[in-house]
Amino acid sequence: MKPAPFEYIAPTSLAEALTAVHKHGSDASLLAGGQSLVPVMNFRLAQPAALIDLNNIPELDYVRREGNGQPEAASGHLHIGSMTRQRTLERHPLIAQYAPLLHEAMPYIAHPQIRNRGTIGGSLAHADPAAELPVILLALDGRVQLQKSGGARWVHGRDFYTDLFTTARAEDEILTEIELPPLPPRTGVAFTEIARRHGDYALSGVAAVVTVDERGICTAVRLVYLNAGDTPISATQAAALLVGQAASEELFTAVAHTAQQEIAPTDDIHATAKYKRHLAQVLTMRVLQQAFTRAVSA
Amino acid sequence: MSDHTTLITVNGKTEAHAIEPRLLLSDFLRHELGLTGTHVGCEHGVCGACTVLFDGQPVRSCLMFAVQASGHEITTVEGLAQSMDNLHPLQQAFWDAHGLQCGFCTPGILMTLLPFLAENPQPTETEVREALSGNLCRCTGYQHIVDAALLAARRMEIGN
Repeated sequence: MKPAPFEYIAPTSLAEALTAVHKHGSDASLLAGGQSLVPVMNFRLAQPAALIDLNNIPELDYVRREGNGQPEAASGHLHIGSMTRQRTLERHPLIAQYAPLLHEAMPYIAHPQIRNRGTIGGSLAHADPAAELPVILLALDGRVQLQKSGGARWVHGRDFYTDLFTTARAEDEILTEIELPPLPPRTGVAFTEIARRHGDYALSGVAAVVTVDERGICTAVRLVYLNAGDTPISATQAAALLVGQAASEELFTAVAHTAQQEIAPTDDIHATAKYKRHLAQVLTMRVLQQAFTRAVSA
Repeated sequence: MSDHTTLITVNGKTEAHAIEPRLLLSDFLRHELGLTGTHVGCEHGVCGACTVLFDGQPVRSCLMFAVQASGHEITTVEGLAQSMDNLHPLQQAFWDAHGLQCGFCTPGILMTLLPFLAENPQPTETEVREALSGNLCRCTGYQHIVDAALLAARRMEIGN
């Protein structure tokens, strides 16, 4: 229950960190909040030769909105530094106002003690399919910036998750920023999950983002599920049933039914796959009702 | 691997220490400083027994390396009472309301509740239970812990 020895590298700037990542490559692990990495190091399931600690890089800790203060010029994109603590996001006025889905999901992430250390970039890059933040990234159609020595690229959330605990991030890259586009007008969002105890990993959870026109007809929707497969799962077939339709109980039932077939949960010690599908179906009904109601009144 | 020179403030006292990077903050507090009030339960961030304040905010000391505390302020349960016969109001409330049995989880619970009550001086029972959701207690069934937290809140409100 004690970590194996490692070389500790604590860069104080992003440039230094990129150099260290370039030098150490696959021998190094990046230490963000450490709330997932340190447990696996304690169990010696991970034994990195070097640990590059990103906690002393203030330039990765920020929340900004493009054009804030000059509404006409604003594109309204939110930019979040990857080392921003989850607790900071939970309490940030820009997040509450412009990314209500992220705001709504924050209290579901573990406990305050964990959120005080845990970071948004760490959770996104860890790629746990049962985690909330990857689901929110996909639901909000956000993207992440990956930087390496001498270059940077943007990857959409939907392309970022490639397999279980696996992302498109290369070994010499650091996830530096998260960008969330503004919600279109008349858009409603909702997130919910079911866990055995508050703060535990959820058995099932879903985020919904619904946009309607003036008549209340759905024009766009995203439904994204956690603990429903190897990556966050976007139920695109279920979502397609909603487009062009007005809200109704029958429609939501059909969508929820399709969604539970579209996801791919597996049996584990907490619940069977069948039960997780059932939960996903029930939760889909709830978030759709909530998101539609909010979209119409938005 | 070579030791790192650190400057860590624990319960108001700042000291230099040479620390091996893999040493967990929880083990540093217990083994290097002898502050055994911080308990180690699960060592993977689930039980909450090792909760300490890091720059005033509750964190799991088993999920941090001691080197990461360099330049920061740690408060442990030993930092609460002024002396053995002058307990912190939160500790006194636990004493009076029978908020502990074996006491293993108590330090982590106190260090969780201290910043919680500072931010929520008049919490509801539901809020207290939610605040405690990251701390496991296997003795009490939580009822007396919740009572103690609410008693402490009332007393600390009056005290202010």
